[in-house]
Amino acid sequence: MKNEMQLQFTALSQNESFARVTVAAFVAQLDPTMDELTEIKTVVSEAVTNAIIHGYNNDPSGTVFISVKIEDSFIELEIRDEGSGILDIEEARQPLFTTKPELERSGMGFTIMENFMDEIDVHSELGIGTTIRLRKHLAKSEMLCN
Amino acid sequence: MSLHIDMETKNDVLLLRLSGELDHHSADVLRAEATKAIETHDIRHIILNLEQLDFMDSSGLGVILGRYKQIKQQHGEMVVCAISPPIQRLFDMSGLFKIIRLEPTEEFALRVLGVA
Repeated sequence: MKNEMQLQFTALSQNESFARVTVAAFVAQLDPTMDELTEIKTVVSEAVTNAIIHGYNNDPSGTVFISVKIEDSFIELEIRDEGSGILDIEEARQPLFTTKPELERSGMGFTIMENFMDEIDVHSELGIGTTIRLRKHLAKSEMLCN
Repeated sequence: MSLHIDMETKNDVLLLRLSGELDHHSADVLRAEATKAIETHDIRHIILNLEQLDFMDSSGLGVILGRYKQIKQQHGEMVVCAISPPIQRLFDMSGLFKIIRLEPTEEFALRVLGVA
């Protein structure tokens, strides 16, 4: 069965919790394990935080867009901002790399997204914005489908 | 759910018991409160009890690393205890356990720092 939802909200840190809980509630219909649900919540939190801090530089006039598609045991997440864009994507994806050490950013966001999901695709244009696409295959759902 | 911070000082040790969710939003609150306590009470060591912490992301790693750097200037130590498996994965990924000590319980952590 195919199912999808879209969400958009103001780029405020208060909405990070709202975003991950809402996405988790939507994917819960695939009956993920607790570990899988935690992984999905964590990657949503990472991508949304990046959009707010880096994409919009903490300017709450920005909007964060999330789209979630589920089909059988697959989840596809898209987190998009219309902010400043990433200068060097390869550099941004390096573990511990951050452009904002003064804000005590750990530089682990992309590393966590890569570890917790099966596939990641980052598209960014300076002055246009950034789109992160993440895919994950749920182990338990496949067992049920078979 | 937001973050709740329970703070206690024992000599030069600051004991922080966190419950709820530690993300970018709540990390700012933790940074402000912990920094104030470290400066006010001449703190050298920090114990972080994460037993009741339900969620953490890389913003949590950042604020913890920031407090580690703060007490390192006083030649202090940071001890994390009662960590859950999902949060331990984040610590493992970041390599933070190379500089931060891990103990199974608060009792062990207090003993390690000589304030049990």
